[in-house]
Amino acid sequence: MTAPIPDHLVSALVRDEPRVLTRITSLFGRRGYNIKSLSVGTTEVPGVSRMTFVVSGDRGVVEQAMKQLDKLHDVIKIIDHSLEKFVDRELVLVKVRVKDSEARVEVRQMAEDFRARIVDVGRHALTFEVTGDEGKITAFTEQMRPFGILETMRTGRIALTRGSNADIPSHVYHGGESQGLEPVIPTAPREEKAREVNNLF
Amino acid sequence: MSEITGQESGQPEMRSDMTGAKALWATLAAHGVSTVFGYPGGAIMPVYDALTYYPEVRHILARHEQGAIHAAEGWAKATGEIGVCIATSGPGATNLVTGLADAMMDNVPLLAITGNVARHLMGTDAFQEADITGITLPITKHNYVVTDPDMLPTIIAEAIRIARSGRPGPVLVDIPKDVQLAVFKGELAAPHAKPEPVAPRPEALEAALALLKTARKPVLMVGGGSQGASKEITEFARAWQIPTITTLMGLGAFPASDPLWLGMPGMHGSVAANHAISQSDVLVGFGLRFDDRVTGRVKDFAPNAQIIHIDLDAAEIGKIVRAHLPVKSDAALAAVAMTADAVPFDLPEWQAQLDDWKTRGEHPTTWGAAQAVRQVVARLKPDDILTTDVGQHQMLAAQLARFEKPRRWLTSGGLGTMGFGFPAGLGAAMAEPGVVSMVIAGDGGFQMTAQELATLTKYDIRNVKICIINNSYLGMVRQWQELFHEKRYSEVYLGDSNPDFIKLADAYNIRGWRADNSADLESAIDAWLAHDGSALLEVVVPNEHGVFPMVPAGAALYEMIESEPVKVPTTEAGK
Repeated sequence: MTAPIPDHLVSALVRDEPRVLTRITSLFGRRGYNIKSLSVGTTEVPGVSRMTFVVSGDRGVVEQAMKQLDKLHDVIKIIDHSLEKFVDRELVLVKVRVKDSEARVEVRQMAEDFRARIVDVGRHALTFEVTGDEGKITAFTEQMRPFGILETMRTGRIALTRGSNADIPSHVYHGGESQGLEPVIPTAPREEKAREVNNLF
Repeated sequence: MSEITGQESGQPEMRSDMTGAKALWATLAAHGVSTVFGYPGGAIMPVYDALTYYPEVRHILARHEQGAIHAAEGWAKATGEIGVCIATSGPGATNLVTGLADAMMDNVPLLAITGNVARHLMGTDAFQEADITGITLPITKHNYVVTDPDMLPTIIAEAIRIARSGRPGPVLVDIPKDVQLAVFKGELAAPHAKPEPVAPRPEALEAALALLKTARKPVLMVGGGSQGASKEITEFARAWQIPTITTLMGLGAFPASDPLWLGMPGMHGSVAANHAISQSDVLVGFGLRFDDRVTGRVKDFAPNAQIIHIDLDAAEIGKIVRAHLPVKSDAALAAVAMTADAVPFDLPEWQAQLDDWKTRGEHPTTWGAAQAVRQVVARLKPDDILTTDVGQHQMLAAQLARFEKPRRWLTSGGLGTMGFGFPAGLGAAMAEPGVVSMVIAGDGGFQMTAQELATLTKYDIRNVKICIINNSYLGMVRQWQELFHEKRYSEVYLGDSNPDFIKLADAYNIRGWRADNSADLESAIDAWLAHDGSALLEVVVPNEHGVFPMVPAGAALYEMIESEPVKVPTTEAGK
């Protein structure tokens, strides 16, 4: 059995310019990084969007992905959530089959336990809105599965650093080079093996 | 200069009727751009019309957009200043793609300007429309579509800043035709100041120096990112007395005449360089990215070494090989800081080992491509420029030429572009008319951009000396087929259909010479170099020679094949 590939939560502040999403996803694609989820939204600063990525891969791959992202002109800042305390949430819409009134009661009861809100009521289905961290959402969908999940849609995880530190620098449209991710100074070799690059001609 | 009689020029005093196109030229002129390379077409016509109002900018008309962009690259690589090229929409723009990818890989500061269809036609599959910003997104440092005419100067200024700053690279600005034509009401933009170079962190430096002092088998590797820090790195190496290796892109950043120099590392690197890397205990890398052609099998690259990796780009540190000591810094600043308290190494055992390796892997002196390249590059003076394509001639030139100064060796390193050398040499020759711009190309690659012979003639460029090493084959592919594909020479023979290169040059009014042996070559070189004007030299060489030393793909550097295996000469091989 191989160990599961870990997930990493990374946020990015980006300029809200044309193709910025393409630039980022194309970078992930061509360098072979795997995005598990990606959420994008505007921020309180006009012209700045915020993205949260869930990237799967070992630490070396994720670090490399962050450094490559940081080089894009439209990327203002990268936040590696593994370096600090953060809150993360995900919102999911789940449409569950209710074949009879018995099931309806049971499903509603369970949803209440999860603090899931009913957002649509149909004759044979209920649609719930669930917010929470990944564990809660997984638990909820697992509980609903026996009744029959008709459809789901997840927003992908979003995250903010805990505490009062604001992530958006005041000089959003700065004139200079990207600040860059300073390499840490470890004198010991990194644990991960260097990526094997096989180039046969 | 062959001006067409009766050509109308715009009057500089008419510049006050500003359009987007005029604002473009005004901004380029304000940035000190004196020469641009390009090719007109429908969607860029307003820019070419506005050009006539700006005689201070010289436009060089190439014969293919690829020629234009490689010439701009040659200009930029030789001078370190930004190269500028222009093309029209659609096919004109897509012809820039190879050059952009090349400039991206080799960090060439480049501004590419393309026309596009008018804004209301974009996205409608209009005539000669191509989504060039979409196409070039992964091969440019950044790119723009100008949708607001008044923003044009701001965008050009920012594009130039991005292209030149940090790790340089190409930036493309796509300008729809109606934006070029629009009345310009904005402000012209002044050039951005060059950003302050990134200084190394003191604690990183301290740790690096402490590690370096412990070395018993130190080695310094200098890459393409050191071309602008040649003086400082040379002083650093000499102060510490560290044996120094220059990568393909780093050639010239450390003088080859210095006894510390070990040559080039990697697939066709010197015996000394490859063994020194493999045995070293502390390896200092300046401005390099440990390309797979340099490392060989990654896990056996410098297996005994602690690596101090100094680079401006944090993403390069730890990308391929682990850096025990990463230093994010401008190369010159780091070199100066590391020179101050230098304690010169005195390691007789290591030195004796290096001296022994240095005697190995000599090229044959019998007639062949190696001997031909040796004779040709021997004539280069320290200020002369040498450009190449990719392949056997490139590796031979890299192995045999001796560069004393940076920015004199212009080769397509990362992308390995056939057809790069000649137009790049042409661009470099225009930037530096006082030196010889020597082009070494293969018979295959030369034909990829041979049309630029017309550009030599059109502008009477007098200092380009083209040398074609003609072995009738795509030699490097042939060498791989011989070694790794059991001599199945698949689609590499060109000899039955190559043009008469002398006649080809003659058709463009360029003089040519031919030689097929060592003695004739010597006199042909004399005539070729003495000729007042650009000239072509075709050297016909046997086809069966390979380039050695060679590290086979997937092997470690220390597993290199030092010299060509003895073999029975093949006749008419692969025909």
